[in-house]
Amino acid sequence: MSGPGQSAVFELTDATVRYAGAPPTAPPALERATLTVRSGECVALVGPNGAGKTTVLRALLGQVPCSSGRALTLGRDARSWPRDALARVVGVVSQREEPAFPLTVREAVEMGRYPHLGAWRASGSADRAAVDRAMRRADVAALGERWVETLSGGEWQRVRIARALAQEPRALVLDEPTASLDLGHEMQLFELVLDLVRRDGLAALVVSHHINLAARFADRLVLVAGGRLVADGPSESVLEPRRLAEVFGWPVAVHRLADGSLQLYPERQPVTPDSGAVP
Amino acid sequence: MKRPSTAALFAALAALAALAAVAGVALGAAGLSLREVALALARRGDEVTMGIVWSLRLPRVALGFVVGGVLAVSGAALQALVRNPLADPYLLGLSGGAGLGAVLALVAGVLSAWVLPAAAFAGALAATALVYRLALVAGGALDSRMLLLGGVVVGAFGGALVSGILSVSDAAQLRTATLWLMGGLGGVGWSGVLVLVVYSVPALAVLVAESRALNLLALGEEPALHLGADVARTKRRVFVAASLLTAASVAAAGIIGFVGLVVPHTIRLIKGHDHRVLLPAAFLLGGAFLVLADTLARTAFAPLELPVGVVTAVVGVPFFVGLLRRWTGR
Repeated sequence: MSGPGQSAVFELTDATVRYAGAPPTAPPALERATLTVRSGECVALVGPNGAGKTTVLRALLGQVPCSSGRALTLGRDARSWPRDALARVVGVVSQREEPAFPLTVREAVEMGRYPHLGAWRASGSADRAAVDRAMRRADVAALGERWVETLSGGEWQRVRIARALAQEPRALVLDEPTASLDLGHEMQLFELVLDLVRRDGLAALVVSHHINLAARFADRLVLVAGGRLVADGPSESVLEPRRLAEVFGWPVAVHRLADGSLQLYPERQPVTPDSGAVP
Repeated sequence: MKRPSTAALFAALAALAALAAVAGVALGAAGLSLREVALALARRGDEVTMGIVWSLRLPRVALGFVVGGVLAVSGAALQALVRNPLADPYLLGLSGGAGLGAVLALVAGVLSAWVLPAAAFAGALAATALVYRLALVAGGALDSRMLLLGGVVVGAFGGALVSGILSVSDAAQLRTATLWLMGGLGGVGWSGVLVLVVYSVPALAVLVAESRALNLLALGEEPALHLGADVARTKRRVFVAASLLTAASVAAAGIIGFVGLVVPHTIRLIKGHDHRVLLPAAFLLGGAFLVLADTLARTAFAPLELPVGVVTAVVGVPFFVGLLRRWTGR
């Protein structure tokens, strides 16, 4: 076994995904994708809408089969994991979630113990300790008795991260975790995720359309466009203005912040009667 | 609103169930005194009184209790499954499908109490499949609002077919089917209770086993999957089990509405949404509720009898509105 910071948690090798029901002439949702995410590493998938970012997650979480190539999670074919076993090693904060019935924060986090308890086993002191730890870690310990529908968007996302942590996973997968958050909560959430990666050695795979946030927090950016992983590396190598302009169909400039991180600025491109909106 | 402890909840529900059972056995059109009923229960009364208590009232109370419990559990499970608090066997078209299946069997001359639930089950499953198809056609992904709409449509379709079938049936069949369709707990006897229990117990066991998975499913299918639930398997099992419960209760007592909606919600409001507590609690409350409703139906205009579904609607709707207001005022 290689030590922490080395072992591969997620691996795509030449993976191609076609969704059932898509016309055979349509390009695959994901084409010959190769990607590795290791423990202690935060990797962000960025790119335009519909590029295939969520399909990468679905392949690694065993929700869609690869028509060719492989998707491995902790060295095992992602499709072959029983759902409860997978939930003991990977915690997921998916894009949308609306509880059908009111529940308290504590009840919500306790659901993270399901993969350890199954249908029958009673929750014991180890489970309570895991829930307490997860709630403290995600800074929601004070919210335990609150109803989740009364939480702010930022609090609710932290509760969902606490629930994922209660699963005691080795990896976190987050799909647009800051989609409806304001600036402060966005930063708070990314700081939390990065801290979990740095201090607890979790692997984190984050889908975000906030390239600038991703560039500041992720160890690596993976640029996804048209079902292909067109770039993979530190933001220095991925945030290349001409490539980004091509991928997003809009001219961009790249600037460096005082802390050294690169940030993307879309250029103004006023609409004129002759040129239309898109260059 | 402060939630009671689980022990206090079950103690209160057990007391209520006992009270309902006593009322159901003690009260009735024959106007027996409590003393006469008690003597008959001890097998020391006269023939007629013993007959009324042992062959009419007791099986009727037992049947009402199981039908009410089964409808409530079925409603509670369906609400979590389709993630819509308004779901119940009636609204999702299961009752209508079960009714159609049973009427087809009756018209075909099947009168065995053991076969009728199977025919109703086939009808309920067919209705479920049709409702699912409708809900999928509308959007591609399953939409719980479309599911309810599909349920109402399929339920109405089942009702229309039943009317059509009955209008071309001969008089004897018509009378059997119509009486039964109006819904009611009378005239079934101990054999009917036995049939219902035999069909219900396996389905109840399946739902209890899926309680934790139902808790997760209430969050949504995607989160439930990521928390380790085998969502496809749970959905399949719960739909089949709820269909079987609905079918068995429809075959035994016809179509009775509102129990599957009002009872689970009362427990949800009092105690929350943990299905491990909710399902057994809903069974007790559903049983007590239907026995009390039936007692009222038998005695309010005695010797005339109201269909029990009228009482469940008249009692259930304002009850539900009141609870809803209290809840939103939390």
